[in-house]
Amino acid sequence: MSIWEYANPTRFMQTSGKLLPAVSVLSFVCLVVGLIWGFFFTPDDYRQGSTVKIIYLHVPSALMAINGWLMMLVTSLIWLVRRHHVSALAAKAAAPVGLTMTIIALVTGAIWGQPMWGTYWAWDPRLTSFLILFLFYLGYMALWAAIENPDTAADLTAVLCLVGSVFALLSRYAVNFWNQGLHQGASLSLDKEENVADVFFFPLLVAIAGFVLLFLALVLLRTRTEIRIRRAGALIARERLS
Amino acid sequence: MPDLGKYADTVLSAYAISIVILIGIVAVSVWQARQARARLEDIESRRNTKPKT
Repeated sequence: MSIWEYANPTRFMQTSGKLLPAVSVLSFVCLVVGLIWGFFFTPDDYRQGSTVKIIYLHVPSALMAINGWLMMLVTSLIWLVRRHHVSALAAKAAAPVGLTMTIIALVTGAIWGQPMWGTYWAWDPRLTSFLILFLFYLGYMALWAAIENPDTAADLTAVLCLVGSVFALLSRYAVNFWNQGLHQGASLSLDKEENVADVFFFPLLVAIAGFVLLFLALVLLRTRTEIRIRRAGALIARERLS
Repeated sequence: MPDLGKYADTVLSAYAISIVILIGIVAVSVWQARQARARLEDIESRRNTKPKT
């Protein structure tokens, strides 16, 4: 069996219809467990006090804001190279979800920044690259909405997605190569020494799993919606012709 | 409820805003999915009942 079978809308609808309930339930369970564990059953940090509990929202949402754009990059490339409509619709479907994750990351970061840095906002490399990523999400959605021909819209938004990927990667690695900002280093790392303490790490992993699964569930649901809207449009056009 | 100390407002507002935004995107997505499904079913049933000429 080839992965390209899912480029067939009928096949995609069948498979996603089976996957969606399980992914939704798993995402809900992971989110509830991760957030309750993090909020109620973890200690305060010795420097940041109880504000450390914001990590269970801020880190997973920031992670999905960046990875959401990278998922859009992959599906946009598939559209540009192989012209599979489902992949273009999946990119379109992912944008509002990625935008939501970016808003949560920016808002929770600002709320967390006020007591820790003394300000809601600073023109720090990571914050600034995240703000640009937010603007790219808005621009991407506006471009889809502005162009009537769906194939042209898919082409132009795919190119915009390629350009925006620079900022998605910049957001991801800004803390590593720009040390002058206020933002702390990465909370998660393959290097165990750089990771947050285990007492915060495990509930954070569960919360991240919840956000990843929520993103997946919403993208599946929204892609199915886009396929139905496209099909309805095609049927109406056929009715008018006959 | 854990003792959040002097940062109670900060932590609670971060959770409240995030949860509202998450519920919002889920609600909008489900509503749009239902609308699209109902519209497609309506068009398909209309097509199926249309007399063939």
